[in-house]
Amino acid sequence: MKKKLSPAFRDKLVTSGIVVVFFALCLILTAAGATSNQFRGLIVPIAIYIILAVSLNLTVGVLGELSLGHAGFMCVGAYVGSIVSLLLGDVIENGYLRFPIALLCGGVIAGVFGFLIGIPVLRLRGDYLAIVTLAFGEVIKTIVRNLYIATDAAGLHINFTAIADMDLDPDTQKIIVNGAMGISGSPRDSKMWIAALLVLLTVVVVMNLVDSRAGRAFMSVRDNVIAAESVGVPVVRYKLLAFSVSAFFAGIAGVLYSHNLSSISPSTFDYNLSIMILVYVVLGGIGSIRGSIIAAALLYALPELLRALNTYRMVIYAVILITMMILNNNEKFKGKLSRFSPKTLLDRMKRKGGDRI
Amino acid sequence: MNVLELKNLGIQFGGLHAVEDLNVTIREGELYGLIGPNGAGKTTVFNLITGVYKPTVGSIFLCGKDITGKPTAEINRAGIARTFQNIRLFSEMTVRDNVKVGLMNEYPYSVFSAILRLPSYRKAEKAMNEKADKLLSIFDLGDSADLLAANLSYGKQRKLEIARALATEPKLLLLDEPAAGMNPQETEELMSTIRFVRDEFKVTILLIEHDMRLVSGICEELTVLNFGRELAQGPTAEVLRDPRVVTAYLGE
Ligand SMILES: Nc1ncnc2c1ncn2[C@@H]1O[C@H](COP(=O)(O)OP(=O)(O)OP(=O)(O)O)[C@@H](O)[C@H]1O
Ligand SMILES: [Mg+2]
Repeated sequence: MKKKLSPAFRDKLVTSGIVVVFFALCLILTAAGATSNQFRGLIVPIAIYIILAVSLNLTVGVLGELSLGHAGFMCVGAYVGSIVSLLLGDVIENGYLRFPIALLCGGVIAGVFGFLIGIPVLRLRGDYLAIVTLAFGEVIKTIVRNLYIATDAAGLHINFTAIADMDLDPDTQKIIVNGAMGISGSPRDSKMWIAALLVLLTVVVVMNLVDSRAGRAFMSVRDNVIAAESVGVPVVRYKLLAFSVSAFFAGIAGVLYSHNLSSISPSTFDYNLSIMILVYVVLGGIGSIRGSIIAAALLYALPELLRALNTYRMVIYAVILITMMILNNNEKFKGKLSRFSPKTLLDRMKRKGGDRI
Repeated sequence: MNVLELKNLGIQFGGLHAVEDLNVTIREGELYGLIGPNGAGKTTVFNLITGVYKPTVGSIFLCGKDITGKPTAEINRAGIARTFQNIRLFSEMTVRDNVKVGLMNEYPYSVFSAILRLPSYRKAEKAMNEKADKLLSIFDLGDSADLLAANLSYGKQRKLEIARALATEPKLLLLDEPAAGMNPQETEELMSTIRFVRDEFKVTILLIEHDMRLVSGICEELTVLNFGRELAQGPTAEVLRDPRVVTAYLGE
């Protein structure tokens, strides 16, 4: 007899399958020259927003804590990643060697920020995390807006006033971070296939984490903290773990972002971006990894693809948002939809076969 | 050996003495009842024992070890598990996963082995699934293992709470009104399940209950609380004959 797949495993297979098929199609079509310029330009950003939504869902949907500062962690990742790449630029010429280092540094430092913010806040009950992460996002933005980093023959210079105050050697100077102007000249290391691999990595890691004792601990905290404590779940430790992992992947998305554009500016990483990611998570279905993936891809790409429609663009977008929201919360619709899910269809076919014998 | 000792235990909420000067000793393997009229402070005693509330005065010993004021999760790991009067399940998780949360401290593996699906992950998960299914079948929940806990009937939810508590391998099990909302036949079944659990799991049980048939049927010793204070204490039959206890209940 064939070994029966557990429902959790089948679920993960379908979700990773969606990611693989989607990006494989994108890559193949691009390689064949069948994609438009505009579409090609969307692939890496779609990957970035999928990573952001999936990682935020770990905090919001699985752990059940509201975070309004995801763009802040993305910002940390973007800056750290670009600084590392620019500093290493002369030492390691090969992008395929340099980029993993930038990714790792960006992700880890963002994760550390998550951990440090989590320590005081996650001990408290209530929506304190929302308030503190909201503030964190704004503070980070303000800090990097005033951050200046440059190198010259004398070494590394960092201050919070101006490049002009650094007395740089004009022959060897290299400006890395330029205050409100952000960072320009990051190597364009965010290749399509690397972005696709990182999405797959994020999705698999998050799904494996959720389907483990750690993930069950997260969900127990979400569903009932008091009960979780009563069966011995170290609540604070698991909250910190979920939140740090979530920040780590936001950092990874940030590195991808800053290596996809010729320049980044601090104002990108604002409150609106955090809210947009949260909207993807909510509309995709709180706690559903697959939902986050689909919502992020669709909702990011749609307004871009609708640009041709110009005036009606935002109207159509708003209608789609509202429709998704209504369908998402409609039990009747969900019931109807599940009648057409592969599982129910299979079950029905099996039952028919059984009747015949 | 004494599994639980409450010494001079008390807690105040504002001016209200919810529990005052309570002394209780429970021996290993005993089935002990805590009864009293509504608002007497019974659930508060459970919350004190499990560290949900910190006592204003007095101390709590588990197998001779002072656990007063320890965090709830630590007290569970020391050997006390409970159910709740207002059911508190992990409602968006499956029935099996509810039990597996309770098993997590017994079958540890690292986050990395979970992410990389290392053999230690597979081994622990397999053992956990077997143990969870065994526990569920004891409580007749085997067929519901893959349902969401929220979709269980009320009676089954109460049973799942007991299964989840037992998953943590407690020395002392606290049951807060396990028969609430059950019909006489279900209560009858519950009584034999509780006895079975005590014998099978070698666990000491302290239970709160209003159903006098259940109390007189399975409890060996009783403490009666009234307005946060001990009204009577001793072997069940004696206590239930005590005129003060009868008045407290009739006067309700
Ligand atoms: N956190 C709290 N803050 C203030 N008062 C509380 C708190 N918890 C319990 N009380 C009060 O303590 C008293 C005892 O409550 P408790 O829930 O322990 O009663 P009980 O014996 O379990 O009653 P029941 O049989 O109705 O469950 C009540 O007057 C209650 O209002
Ligand atoms: Mg009570």
